[in-house]
Amino acid sequence: MALRVAALLATAAATIVMALNKETRTFVVGTVGTTPVTASVTAKFQHTPANVFFVIANAMASNHNLMMIGSDLFGLEFKGFKLPLVAVLDMLNAALLSAGVHGAAFMAQLAKNGNSHARWNEICDNFQGYCNRGGVAILAAYVGLLLTLGITVVSIVKLLKPKPKPQSQPLASEIEVP
Amino acid sequence: MAKIRKAVTVILRLIALAATVVAVVIMVTSKETAHVLNLTFTAKFTHTPAFKYYVVAEAIAGVYTIVALLLSSRSLLARLILILDVVVAMVLTSSISAALAIAQVGKHGNSHAGWLPICGQVPHYCDKLIISLVAGFVAALVYLLLLVYTLRAALSPVFAIKS
Repeated sequence: MALRVAALLATAAATIVMALNKETRTFVVGTVGTTPVTASVTAKFQHTPANVFFVIANAMASNHNLMMIGSDLFGLEFKGFKLPLVAVLDMLNAALLSAGVHGAAFMAQLAKNGNSHARWNEICDNFQGYCNRGGVAILAAYVGLLLTLGITVVSIVKLLKPKPKPQSQPLASEIEVP
Repeated sequence: MAKIRKAVTVILRLIALAATVVAVVIMVTSKETAHVLNLTFTAKFTHTPAFKYYVVAEAIAGVYTIVALLLSSRSLLARLILILDVVVAMVLTSSISAALAIAQVGKHGNSHAGWLPICGQVPHYCDKLIISLVAGFVAALVYLLLLVYTLRAALSPVFAIKS
């Protein structure tokens, strides 16, 4: 339960930081006569599909954790077929989150180092603030990913632990969401 | 019933193994040299850290699949294999996502960052990459299916109701 709250905080923080990530720099491109011509270049997270997926994946993971915490707080019992559903959803959550985080992480690595073979310049030396905030968002999402993995393991272990006798189901109806 | 369950998991693991092997082999053997304006331009998978990570991750997943196939009869390790399945599924999804992100930039470029697409110069490399990425995606999907199926199979004697 505490794991879920922590994971929710981490993924929500990652979503918000990346979603608000925007930096505008004005460059002096040339001079026409005596007045300098400036061009303003903006770096937004929407420019990169990997970052967009990162925001969406983190938002969905936060939503999932929020629903699980909410259903636990409101006392909905998970009985019968809903118990494996929790574990399966947790696993899918972990997979989705891992995909989002790693896509954005490698895109950030590309932005930071460039790729000389493909003639892709690095952009982090121009957009320091954008890169820093993106890095913080990715770190927060990694923490959320580790916590989500822990949550999944705990869910699976809790599900596989009871060995009920054929006549009754003693523990199955009282297992609550971690 | 147990035999059908075991047969399905073995088949799923074999498909995943085939997919990871295909992904690794095709990505490793993809290399193309292009001549653009008197410049020789080589495209290899080692140029991009994302693809290196992809190859390593798929190789690890392939080795794990072989180990899991050999160990699948021991019920003591069933829980450990399930947990490792979750970890390996996450590794697979992460590697395919990373490789897809870089490949998408390679195919379409990124006009905001001034990155030009490279698929116009090295089309065969791009085609082989596409095949490898599709195989990796299939491996990730099959692993997720395997997870869902294993959990359902492990819990079906416990719960009478099944969704």
